[in-house]
Amino acid sequence: MGYVAVKGGNEAIEKACQLFAYERIKGCSPVLGVDQIREQLYLTVDRVMGEGALYAPELAALALKQSAGDTLEASFMVRAFRATQQRLGYSLPTGAEKMRVVRRISSAFKDIPGGQILGATSDYTLRLLDFDLLKDDEARRKAFRERIFSSLPADAEIPAAFPKVIAILRREGLLEDSSPHPENEVFDITRRSLTFPAPRSARLQALARGETGGMLTLAYSSMRGYGNIHPTLGELRIGYLPLTMPHPISGEPYVVGEVKVTEAEVLARFQGDDGMPRFSLGYGLCFGQNEIKAIAMAILDRCTRTEKPSCPAEDQEFVLYHIDGIEAMGFCNHWKLPHYVDFLSDLDRLRKAQDLARAGKVQEDTDADA
Amino acid sequence: MQMHEWLKNNDPLAHAEAHIAGYPFGFMDEGAKKEIRRSILKAVAIPGYQVPYGSREMPIARGWGTGGLQITLSLIKPDDILKVIDQGCDGSVNAVNIKKFVMAVTQVAITTDTRAATLIQTRHRIPEERMTDQQILVLQVPYPEALREVEPSEMETRRMHAEADYSRMWLYLYEDIVHYGEITISYRYPVTVNGRYITDPSPIPRWDVPKLHMADTLFLFGAGREKRIYAIPPHTSVEPLEFEDHQFRIEDFSGKACARCGATDTFLDEVIDNVGGGRSYFCSDTGYCDKRSRTWNR
Repeated sequence: MGYVAVKGGNEAIEKACQLFAYERIKGCSPVLGVDQIREQLYLTVDRVMGEGALYAPELAALALKQSAGDTLEASFMVRAFRATQQRLGYSLPTGAEKMRVVRRISSAFKDIPGGQILGATSDYTLRLLDFDLLKDDEARRKAFRERIFSSLPADAEIPAAFPKVIAILRREGLLEDSSPHPENEVFDITRRSLTFPAPRSARLQALARGETGGMLTLAYSSMRGYGNIHPTLGELRIGYLPLTMPHPISGEPYVVGEVKVTEAEVLARFQGDDGMPRFSLGYGLCFGQNEIKAIAMAILDRCTRTEKPSCPAEDQEFVLYHIDGIEAMGFCNHWKLPHYVDFLSDLDRLRKAQDLARAGKVQEDTDADA
Repeated sequence: MQMHEWLKNNDPLAHAEAHIAGYPFGFMDEGAKKEIRRSILKAVAIPGYQVPYGSREMPIARGWGTGGLQITLSLIKPDDILKVIDQGCDGSVNAVNIKKFVMAVTQVAITTDTRAATLIQTRHRIPEERMTDQQILVLQVPYPEALREVEPSEMETRRMHAEADYSRMWLYLYEDIVHYGEITISYRYPVTVNGRYITDPSPIPRWDVPKLHMADTLFLFGAGREKRIYAIPPHTSVEPLEFEDHQFRIEDFSGKACARCGATDTFLDEVIDNVGGGRSYFCSDTGYCDKRSRTWNR
């Protein structure tokens, strides 16, 4: 009775879990430290924090180790952990002009007040495999560190804050006003289910924890031709935002820490609701350094504000229901669960339909003969 | 002597070596380069027609000029003098990146002087100085399909081109005029090449569009991500789409001059000076501006 074994079998399930854990450690390489993942695979850690919707680098690194590098699984674990944590309150809104900037560029203007700060990026590297990295060691790293630190000017000053490019455009009336429909209260998508048309705060939350690849696909469809918003990157900045909480008793604002985020502001094709054409704005913000996600988010934010959607990326429901990687991967995986009963029901209908078709054919043949 | 023997003896690339060990001159293998050159020949033979080709992976990201780069690498010879510009500027990130790579795999000479270059690769600009019949301009193209604005499907746009069915494009321009009082297409202004194909001139400003008309130079367009090559050969008519009563206009810089070289006849970049929003203007074509500044200071 081989079939029965497939149906369950606690022992088989237990062994499958053990085998998965074993696969990761069966080789003879040194143990992979969570600190190594956090420091050396930091972009993956950032991605997991964003999609898992929890700012916790250590936990995200742990999840990556446990999931053998599967970002969807890792984000899933992080988000599941999030559900165990008490909701202490909502942080106070913080303008990104208060950001401690490590990278900041604008593609709308050649030069901007405060300057273009390229920061750490792979954008300008050649994607040639560096075979030297095959024999990476501490001596090599030390030599590299010495080389870059020796050429640094001693008195380099970093401005404390950078003005926003879009604020300048807005002052000149070239950009739409900040909030045509201000929301006094955040629509918390972790406490309420989405309704459509979704308020902007809900849309931005859903996008902020969306899956990078899925968002990229939808945003790319829009920029490639299935859409019509023509984005220009007004400003992209990466840095540390102060996290400000109201004091539980006095209500006074207190800075309790900072989070690394990527923020993208996209200027899009103008629209003129009040008869005055202006650029419209798309906004993207996500945890850590994930520029593709922030830009895709800004494009999708702008796309989903189109009044008459003409393509998938402009359709709020289409975008917001399908970009959550954890929901999507869970459902995709669920097809591996037993569906014997459903399928049997299907088979019954199919056989009946075949019988009817055969009977009909026999009838037709009889009619033809007659 | 057999053709292949002659080629072997006279091949300028036979002894050329790339700077990066293990990579051939010009990065791509010779077969790939030949294939791309054939696509270029077809593109030249049918002005404005998008020739599909087998786009290769370059070690810079898609959308960063890989189409232009493949054309450049398939044409370049060790004695070429290369200029690369991004938005008119020799020192802009994309230009620096591409130059660094091409130099590493060819070791050719680099210039910022439009007149001195034999081959120029550009993103979104055509140099201000008129180019000659001894030069080639390679343009990087993000969207090769001018009709994409009105039709997302590639199958449908290819049919429209084949049948010269451009009514929807004209209707789009007409509706634009109804909505806004004028055609709002800013850059990437669609043109008719050789009286036949509506063609995307790449995201050059309208300022540069007239330079394509009856030029002395060969213009090659490469779209790596979309896998298309097309061309505007020398002495070919290039007409921007317009109506008799709503004519094509270039950007207006009247009353403005370059703050550096004083030019009043160039495409100007607007630069925000300070938080208050003060503006200055500078030549977008930095090579030309440098040349003018030097003459002026002498």
